Order: sequence, then C-alpha cells, then structure tokens
Amino acid sequence: MKNLNKSTQKLISTIAVIFVLYLAMSIMQATGNLSSLMSGLLVPVCAYSLVAVALNLCVGYLGELSLGHAGFMCIGAFTSALFSKTFQGIIPDVPRFILALLLGTFFAALFGFLIAIPVLRLSGDYLAIVTLAFGEIIKNVINAIYVGVDSKGLHFTLKDMMSLGLEPGGTILINGPQGITGTPRQSNFTLAVLLLIIALIVTFNFVNSRTGRAVKAIRDNQIAAETVGLPITKYKLTAFTISAAIAGVGGVIYAHNINSLTATTNNFGYNMSIMILVYVVLGGIGNFSGSVVAAVVLTMLPELLRGLSNYRMLIYSIVLIGLMLFNWAPSILRFREEHGITSQAILGKLKKKKEVQ
Amino acid sequence: MGFLTYLINGMSLGSVYALIALGYTMVYGIAKMLNFAHGDVIMIGAYLVFMCMSNAGMPAIVSIGIAIVCCTAIGIIIEKIAYKPLRRATNLAVLITAIGVSYFLQNMALLIFGSNPVSFTSVVKWQGIELADGQLKITGNAIVTIVTCLVIMFALMWFVKNTKPGQAMRAVSEDKDAAVLMGINVNATISLTFAIGSGLAAIAGALLCSAYPSLNPYTGSMPGIKAFTAAVFGGIGSIPGALIGGLLLGVIEILAKAYISSQLADAIVFAVLIIVLLVKPTGILGKQIKEKV
Repeated sequence: MKNLNKSTQKLISTIAVIFVLYLAMSIMQATGNLSSLMSGLLVPVCAYSLVAVALNLCVGYLGELSLGHAGFMCIGAFTSALFSKTFQGIIPDVPRFILALLLGTFFAALFGFLIAIPVLRLSGDYLAIVTLAFGEIIKNVINAIYVGVDSKGLHFTLKDMMSLGLEPGGTILINGPQGITGTPRQSNFTLAVLLLIIALIVTFNFVNSRTGRAVKAIRDNQIAAETVGLPITKYKLTAFTISAAIAGVGGVIYAHNINSLTATTNNFGYNMSIMILVYVVLGGIGNFSGSVVAAVVLTMLPELLRGLSNYRMLIYSIVLIGLMLFNWAPSILRFREEHGITSQAILGKLKKKKEVQ
Repeated sequence: MGFLTYLINGMSLGSVYALIALGYTMVYGIAKMLNFAHGDVIMIGAYLVFMCMSNAGMPAIVSIGIAIVCCTAIGIIIEKIAYKPLRRATNLAVLITAIGVSYFLQNMALLIFGSNPVSFTSVVKWQGIELADGQLKITGNAIVTIVTCLVIMFALMWFVKNTKPGQAMRAVSEDKDAAVLMGINVNATISLTFAIGSGLAAIAGALLCSAYPSLNPYTGSMPGIKAFTAAVFGGIGSIPGALIGGLLLGVIEILAKAYISSQLADAIVFAVLIIVLLVKPTGILGKQIKEKV
C-alpha cells in the first residue's frame, strides 16, 4: 500500500468498504434478516449513489452547480427501458441488457453534451437555473410522448394514445404520463454494485488524469487556466458529458428495477435533482466516497425512522438543517475549533490508534 | 376574443408569479442566496387564509391580514435560525439549508393540515365584468390579482427608492462591507427583506389559491420554481424585472396551454427562459457585472 499514491489508496479503501457492505447486505438478505422494505431499497440506493457520484464530478471538479441531473438519469432510464421493452424476446436477455446499458449511457451523454454547449456559457446561479429548466423540459416532454409499434413499424405522437393509429395487434411502448410498463426487471444488487464500483474507478481516474487536472485548474481559476492556454470549452464539455453519462447509468439501473417507469417530479424532476445535490453536499463536495456514503445513509435514514411514521420526514429535514449548520456555520466552526471537535482532530485520533496497534 | 381572455388570464397568473418572484429577487439581491423555501411560505400563507376564512369564518381581508403577519414572522424566524449563521459560508451550504427549510415547512404542513387537498374559497367575491356583449368575460379574481400586484410593485419600488430602509437595502445589495462602514445595520436590513418577501408570499398564496382552489402541502413548490424562473427571466435582483418576468411567464404559459399543448406548457415556458438567458445571460433587466481578474 505504501508505494501507491493517496488517491489510489482512497479508491481501494472505498471499493473495499462498498464490497464489505455489499457482502453484509447480501448475507442478511439471504438469511432473511433484511426487511422487504430495505431489500427493495438496495438497487435504488446504488442508482442514487451513481447519480450522486456523477453530480459530484460536476459540482466538485467542474465547479458548476447543476440542478438537472435527474434529467440525465431520466434519459438513461427511458431510452434503455424503451430498448429493453421493444426487443424483449427478440434479443437474448444478457446481450440485450448490455446493449440497453450502453444505449442509455450514450443518450444521456449525448444530451449532456448538447445541453452543455449552450449552458456552459453561463455561470453560477444562472447555470443552475438553466440546468433546472432543462431537467424539467426533459421530464415534461417524456410525459407527453406516446410511442407504439405494430406491423407497419414505429408510431409516434405528442397528442394522445388514440392518435397513434395503432393496428389492433400493436403494442404501446411509451404511454404518455403512464410511462413504460413491463420493462424486464434485470438489474439486481450485484450488478448495481458492480456498476457503481466501475463508475468510481472511472471518476477517480478521470480527476487524476491530465484532463481532470485541467478541469480542476479551470474550476480554481478560469482566467489563469485560459492564460496558460487550456482549451476551456473542450475540458468543460468533457467533464459535463462524463457526468451526464454516469447519471445515465444510474437511470438504467433504476429503470430495470421497477415494472412501470413514469416520469414524475419525485423520481425524475427537480425534487430528485435536489435530493441528489443534498447527498453530494453532505457527503463532501469533491469527495466521491462521501457521496456514496451520504446516499446510502440518507436513503436508509427515513426508512429506519419509519417507526416514527409521520414525523420521519420532519426529523429528516431538521437533521439536514442541523448538519448544514454544524458543518458550515462560521460561528459553530470556530466553537468546534476551540473545543477540538474538528473532523481532522477526530480523524487524527483514529489514525493514532491505528499506528499504536 | 378568445385570445384576449387568455391574455388576461395569463396576466393574472403572471401577476401572482411576479409577487412570488419579488420575494426571490429581493432576497437574492441582498443576501445573494436562492431561497428555495419561499414557495413553501406561499403554501403556509394560503393555509392560514383558508383556516381563518373557512374554519373561523373571518372576512377575507382580515384573514389575509393575519396571514401576512404570521408569514412575516415565519420569514424572520427562518432567516434568524437557518440562514443567519451561514452568512459567511459558501453558497451551496446556504442552498442546501434552504432546501432543508423547504422540506421542514412541507412536512410541518403535512402533519398539521394532512395530505388531502382542501378546496380553497376565493378571497374575491366579485363575479367580474362582461365586455362586448358577454363575449369577453373578465373574472373579479383576475382584476383584483392584477391590480393588487401592480399596486404592491409600485409601492415597493417607491419604498426602495425613497425611504431610509429602502436605501439601506440598496446599499447592502451593492456592497455589504461598505454598507457596514456607512453605519447601516446589515442584519436588520436582511431581516427586513425577508419580512417583506414573506409578507408578499402570503398575499400571493391567497391570490394563487383563489384562482386554482386546490390546496395541499406541496402546492407552493411548482409556482415557487416558476416564479424563481420568472425572477431570473427578468433579471434577478431587479424589482421591475420581477414584474416583467412574471407577467411574460404567465402569459406564455397560458397561451402555450391554450394553443399548443397543455402537456407541454411547462416545457415551453422553460425553453423560452433558456433562449432568453442564452441571448442575454443576465435576464431582461439584469445588470452586467464585470468580473475582475
């Protein structure tokens, strides 16, 4: 371990932690110690973690606040689900899922790229609101699309089901606000964890690559980066596109875990984008492992508080506000410094203990 | 005539957006923060009016008065507890805290009022007027909304321009540190801004729910997002910008619903926003801020 650099060590320890958690959860599931609610959450948690890692790349390394990552997740989910449903029974399961995964990722990346071209001209809060607008547009358009297939081929309309003009034997693929029903449920916990680990390896390597260092330079000081001759637009586009692609992978996992896929405010609208942003900020901006931890803890927290029924979301919101104040308020930070309750102090103590052992 | 009716409905909806957008734009101008909880203050205001009118049987104007006072108090309390400690922290931390406050208000309302939507009785009893032999109907609601919005807007512009607290607000939004040196109480000014914004939110809530009578704990979030869009549209930080942005957004939304597709109306509204921002990155009336090296 000694001769590896710091970030590789971190990557390895993160993967190890995820793997241990994965084993623990799998064993609990196999022995029936996991409530059905919790085991139903395992795959969505991985999907949220993936999107959180993607958004962290955008917020932490590109330095741009995006409130539209649920939109990319939505594109990944719908393109892959549409593909899987259309070719169900035509292509065997495994290659079909791989193709769906690639397709979902590709389209999310494509939209990320197309959206990034105009959006990255803006900065700060304006960029945030435009990404939010794009996310809402994607959700809205998907809610208005009707796609069907019969012997004549694909039919497509924005009006309603009747105006598709399907033949009696035709099937509806996307049914407007009802979305896609009957997607084969192919994602499972193992697969989701595997994809999450791959995404982590990709992002860790990306931020330490030449391109990643350039992106960080642009984030820290765009004018200085421009002066040394870095092509700003190219690097920004690359980072944003990769971020969108990973969010798309999250969407693919999410879509293949449920029977009926609909685009509502809560699963693909700004509510989701904001939830993911909460994971990123609480997990630590620029800290990918933190995003995963925050996604896991914060998704499980309301479920663990289920005994408190109606009060659980209230408690969640109070915890959220409290954590933000504890972590960021200058006066509280000063208090923590004076009394030695900084994160460095706590981590330092742990490290010392390890060395003693 | 159909077009005129839509136009007036659009202006009425736009006026509500403008009132909400004022809250966003003033807070942004002064505290440089996106107050995501603003939409939920609207919902609280609407519930308060509903409780006073339907449960306590008070007249509309008294109910709105009570709602304004309560919302103002809520706005100040939120600012003191959640936002003030974070004044020197990063923008993102404040944003997440605002989201936390938004969740808090929604779930508080869910606990107190329940998740079933209640049907709101309009605060305006007047049926409205008919023009051109009954072909053009203007509801009392629309007229009251538009007039209220315009009156408030001009009163606020006068307030910001001509009174001492208003001048303090402009000074703080220009340069906080210099304002302190000039002897302006920055904390009090920011609290005042939150108070005004939240008070206006109560009025906006009553007017919004008079036009769209179904009220539930999540009523505020979508109009909140749209009003925020309106504020950005008109140039965030600018009061006349909020008016123009709100009105345009309302009219575009209603016309898109009427002539293109009711499903795609929101998408069209957001698409127009994106186009405007790409042509004029600071919004219609926004000031260009030069970045120094």
